Amino acid sequence: MNWISDYVRPRIRSLIAKQDVPENLWEKCPSCGQMIFHRELEANLRVCTACGHHMRISAQRRLELLFDEGEFQTIELPETPVDPLRFRDRERYTDRLKKARSKTGKQDAIVVAHGTIGGSKAVVACFDFAFMGGSMGIAVGEGLVAAARLAVLQEAALIAVPASGGARMQEGILSLMQMPRSTIAVEQVKEAGLPYIVLLTDPTTGGVSASFAMLGDIHISEPGAVIGFAGQRVIEETIREQLPEGFQRAEYLRDHGMVDLVVPRGELNATLGRLLSLLTVPSLPRAAEIIPLAPPEAAADGTGPGEPVATEAESVTSGGELESAEREPQEPRGG
Amino acid sequence: MRHYLDFEKPVAELEGKIEELKHLSDAGDLNIAEEVQRLQTKADRLLRSTYAKLSAWQKTQVARHPQRPQASDYIAQLVTDFTPLTGDRLYGEDRAILSGLGRLGGHACVVLGQEKGKDLTSRQTHNFGMARPEGYRKAQRLMRLAQRFGLPVITFVDTPGAYPGIGAEERGQAEAIAKSIEVSLGLDVPVIAVVIGEGGSGGAVALASADRVLMLEHAVYSVISPEGCASILWRSADHAKDAAEALRLTAQDLHRLGVIDTVIEEPVGGAHRAPQDTVATVGRALQGALEERLAVPRGELRQQRRQKFLEMGQAGLG
Ligand SMILES: [Zn+2]
Repeated sequence: MNWISDYVRPRIRSLIAKQDVPENLWEKCPSCGQMIFHRELEANLRVCTACGHHMRISAQRRLELLFDEGEFQTIELPETPVDPLRFRDRERYTDRLKKARSKTGKQDAIVVAHGTIGGSKAVVACFDFAFMGGSMGIAVGEGLVAAARLAVLQEAALIAVPASGGARMQEGILSLMQMPRSTIAVEQVKEAGLPYIVLLTDPTTGGVSASFAMLGDIHISEPGAVIGFAGQRVIEETIREQLPEGFQRAEYLRDHGMVDLVVPRGELNATLGRLLSLLTVPSLPRAAEIIPLAPPEAAADGTGPGEPVATEAESVTSGGELESAEREPQEPRGG
Repeated sequence: MRHYLDFEKPVAELEGKIEELKHLSDAGDLNIAEEVQRLQTKADRLLRSTYAKLSAWQKTQVARHPQRPQASDYIAQLVTDFTPLTGDRLYGEDRAILSGLGRLGGHACVVLGQEKGKDLTSRQTHNFGMARPEGYRKAQRLMRLAQRFGLPVITFVDTPGAYPGIGAEERGQAEAIAKSIEVSLGLDVPVIAVVIGEGGSGGAVALASADRVLMLEHAVYSVISPEGCASILWRSADHAKDAAEALRLTAQDLHRLGVIDTVIEEPVGGAHRAPQDTVATVGRALQGALEERLAVPRGELRQQRRQKFLEMGQAGLG
């Protein structure tokens, strides 16, 4: 007995009769080939029910599952020059842009939203892979700059969620310049003493991985995501060798020290929420300041070497030496 | 032996004839001397007119010319007291990036330069100018050293790109490039970059997140090689010429886009025709840029550099 055959099948037939898109109702897992009914797949956050493969999701869906109760507000992104190089390959870049816009309903490959995660304030800059492979051009760079400014303004954490093949070739050198630009953006968040977390999703490669995406305080990845600098085909052509098993996958990067945590999609909100609450202790100065090695009470308390020590947060508070009055005003940072 | 590029063939023929005639003229024949003079004038004119209107793809070839002066030539001619410093202190020494301390126009500075190599052996030694993570981490180490001692950083950019290999990926090529950009942008000492040949993508920008980016007249700087772009967007590397045009990778276009600050003129026929003159010209431009930046209070350098990048790309080609 099976939920799908007993209940869903008849309904599918009627739907097929009405609409002409039967292939949308069942989706094939690109990893194991299993056919999964769309509603079941959606309910499982587009993670394959058979093998656990994490399929790509839209920015909208991503934001819904990252923010508490799926509630968030998106911000309007600044206007940027369209087709600055007047680029044309087999097709005009302006035509490619138009298609991507009508396909996704998005202006470009990034969405910036704010809300709370685990109760902590967060700004999320989320890529949409469906928009020209999530490629980073001026609009995306500008989105990251805007997200960083918003985070600083709101004293919120910044969470970047790349899903990108890299730079947008059609914007040439100006897309390459988004590497330093996005780096400056996230630096401003870090300098404000706010957490900057990167959630690396499938794929994160090229100029995106080689800039803001590898500069997080913490790097989280979804299972199986491809993360790397060079494309696999380019590497194979260069070295003329077979690539090792699991090469450039999230787990591989974790094992090579580039990623802190590999977290299944369903646990992202909880994990991020926990991290943010651990990183943002409100009563503490957040910038790098000297923290006493041991609080004065430590000895009296009998806390010696080998004893479990208080966290830095507790020791500073109990030491009473770095109360909020001593908090340095943040250095003003211009645009 | 001069290496001629495809589009230089007509010049090559003339110069070949001149050489032949010169061999004949040991008797001091006046007619031959006159003919040599005539051909020389013709060749010069042809070279000048060819180089006055190089296409983007032709410039790409000039930028990759095997006899084009490389970072080692610039260091040898411009940097006194050069003292190579090597190693990233983490894993290894990457010879795709030359590195050390020295003086440029009397100013002590940190020097970094991507080196492609000039013959088979040295190309292998320098991995064709394609750095691995160790190279970028060495660069970071030396940038931090510069910061510590208040020394300006000078970089010579000339790379097809960062090396695409298994080991490079395992050791975090992406992180190494990202961090180099971050460290460079965070310095409060002057950072001056010169694109002397090929500015290949992320591998180049890692050493070019600078206060001032100078670029030789026929150098190129691009998000992707024309061949790579063609094979993705045109589905065939045969369209490299079209891709080179579309990418706007020439110094002239980059200057119009506000991505680079100065275009440095090359000798007629390209840097490879007169390497020492080229290096000397670059030396003067570098010194000018360096002294202009040294006049800025140290506390303002970083903010000005950030501002420059944040404002970049808002105008387009106009
Ligand atoms: Zn599956």
